Amino acid sequence: MSFSWAKAYEPKHPFMRWMDERLPLPRLVYGAIGGGYPVPRNLNYWWNFGVLAGIFLTIQIVTGIVLAMWYFASADHAFTSVEHIMRDVNAGWLIRYAHMNGASFFFIVTYIHIFRGLFYGSYKAPRELVWMLGLVIYLLMMATAFMGYVLPWGQMSYWGAQVITGFFSAFPLVGEPIRVWLLGGYAPDQAALSRFFSLHYLLPFVIAAVVVLHIWALHIPGSGNPTGVDVKDERDTLPFHPFYTAKDGWFAAAFLGLYAIVTYYAPNYLGHPDNYIPANPLATPAHIVPEWYFWPFYAILRSFTVDFIFPAKLWGVLAMFLSILLLFFLPWLDKSPVRSGSYRPVFKRFFWLLVADVVILGYIGGAPISPARVAIGQIAAAYYFLHFLVILPLVSRFETPLPLPASITDSVLHGEKAEAAPAGQKPRHGSVATAAAE
Amino acid sequence: MVRVIGFLVGLVFAGVLLISLVVGVSNYFSNPPEELAAEALHQHPQHLRLSSDGPFGKFDKAQLQRGFQVYKEVCSACHSLSLVSFRDLHALGYEEPEIKAIADQWQVQVPSINPETGEASSRKAVPSDRFPSPYANEIAARAANNNALPPDLSLITKSREGGASYVHALLTGYRNQSPELLKEHPDAKTPPGLHYNPWFANLNIAMPPPLTAEGQVTFADGTKGTVDQMATDVAAFLVWTAEPKLESRHAAGLAVVVFLLIASILGYLAYRQIWYEAKRKVRVTGPLEPKNQAKSRSAKAKQGVAG
Repeated sequence: MSFSWAKAYEPKHPFMRWMDERLPLPRLVYGAIGGGYPVPRNLNYWWNFGVLAGIFLTIQIVTGIVLAMWYFASADHAFTSVEHIMRDVNAGWLIRYAHMNGASFFFIVTYIHIFRGLFYGSYKAPRELVWMLGLVIYLLMMATAFMGYVLPWGQMSYWGAQVITGFFSAFPLVGEPIRVWLLGGYAPDQAALSRFFSLHYLLPFVIAAVVVLHIWALHIPGSGNPTGVDVKDERDTLPFHPFYTAKDGWFAAAFLGLYAIVTYYAPNYLGHPDNYIPANPLATPAHIVPEWYFWPFYAILRSFTVDFIFPAKLWGVLAMFLSILLLFFLPWLDKSPVRSGSYRPVFKRFFWLLVADVVILGYIGGAPISPARVAIGQIAAAYYFLHFLVILPLVSRFETPLPLPASITDSVLHGEKAEAAPAGQKPRHGSVATAAAE
Repeated sequence: MVRVIGFLVGLVFAGVLLISLVVGVSNYFSNPPEELAAEALHQHPQHLRLSSDGPFGKFDKAQLQRGFQVYKEVCSACHSLSLVSFRDLHALGYEEPEIKAIADQWQVQVPSINPETGEASSRKAVPSDRFPSPYANEIAARAANNNALPPDLSLITKSREGGASYVHALLTGYRNQSPELLKEHPDAKTPPGLHYNPWFANLNIAMPPPLTAEGQVTFADGTKGTVDQMATDVAAFLVWTAEPKLESRHAAGLAVVVFLLIASILGYLAYRQIWYEAKRKVRVTGPLEPKNQAKSRSAKAKQGVAG
């Protein structure tokens, strides 16, 4: 597909030839994830998380379809139907815990995948659309996860729905009617639960469709790589199958081991105890928090505490939407021609600062409010916006990148570090590169 | 253009956050928040060790039976157990005739309809019934309990921070308020009708101390019924009611983790095998090949650089 040396599909069995002439599905698979897709030979393990995200999407769809056979989207019976699954349905507890923790792990791998993209400049030309389609997937995931969390109709389900749909009421004039229209009432109730269930079932298939576009767009320029240097010839690549299927395969088994440990031994660790209390519109929980994967955004929302021109709530809601929206503009905010963070000494430091910043925001968003936490959250939220909108454009303008390796093969042969010395300076460890070049 | 707009938007949002920060900090110093008694005096439970803990944990059936006895003789007077059926007691080691007898003799009957007249009536419980609630409805429960609603206990160890440890700490945590404590925190004074318990989030709980004296429950297996023993056993029982499939979960988890471990080791070996040729080319020409490392060392020695 992407490179001239990509192998064309050659049917081995007469049936496959018959099939290929009528519906070239085997050809499509071969070109997408088979021997027909050449991949840079130097990918590190951070490149495994895209495939893992696909695996978790599949787990979620399969377990979700089974759960929907037993789940009952009724304000009166949703909670007990989930408990019926946990207690009386054969292996129901397994399917339900797998789905619950599958959502968390889907977000874990997606966050690693996104930060991989941020560090190695995967959003830069010619992969801008790959990045933007990825963000669309992420937004759809957030909507799906939010609506899924409402379905058990526990206390956090109910009050989470109340708070999150309440965001819309921050907008003047149109906000409140929009909120009522979305919920089908003035507060979450049967109408909201039914439509959330309907959409929660629909959106994963929309995600799957956008994943196809994401991969399609990726396969035009081909995968990026840790050096960020373009593929030059056939020596730079290996066919996806068997090389990366083998690498993804063992790593997926190991990562699923981690998922299994949490699912079987600490299935409620990532959840909130209040969601085992049936929804009660008359009793507000002491601390309403969303699921952990929304905590950084929740921290940004809560950091705006002053009515400055607009009400604080409107600032918070705008900031929260902006914090994701700005990622769509990243290809144009960061104009550095060097893709990989490995060759950008200044960018690299700010990148790790951003990682720490998002972790801090996550902690602040999940913890109960205190004056110190609010202040830390405000500093962290300010850094988040400054990082993407001010620091990144400035860094990309003034930074002197390190010299890039001549090619992917070159970096594989001599190590990335040997080339990563500043121009005009000797490599740090003597003449390793020169010796090897002799 | 994108960068100019982004720059301005970034500064505006960071600026509003800065204003929020300054206002918040100055408010904090001009008007420092007072610590509430509920925050100062609230205690967090110590971990209660149960045989169901850990990845290999299994229920102690004798303990669950004792815990069930505590529920039956003490808690069930006010607390329902609406997600558990009598037939589920089979998991505690009770045999079918015993379960039938327990259901038949349960102190509350199951609401039903008189088949002759169609009027509301009640009948004795059978093993397939859920544990009947001690109150007909929420209003009746509140009316009998000074307007407090005794929560259903089926999921209590999963719906409270701290789980079984919290239940145990709460049951054994009733205290008298010392005069010194009230002097220091006048707002902690327990209102009439409530009971002081620092393990309860707002310190004052409507439930009177349920386990008060040693021997309140005479255990069928001869275990001494201290308050701590009764609290531990009923906490263990409530772990079971909240998570009846815990043992199959632990067993299945071991099989799955071992399977995935073997699969990832085999997969890793296959990966090494498949990549061997591709990496060999790198090794032959790359810096880590022993031949090349020797060359590199001699080159360094020539240049006088310490290896």
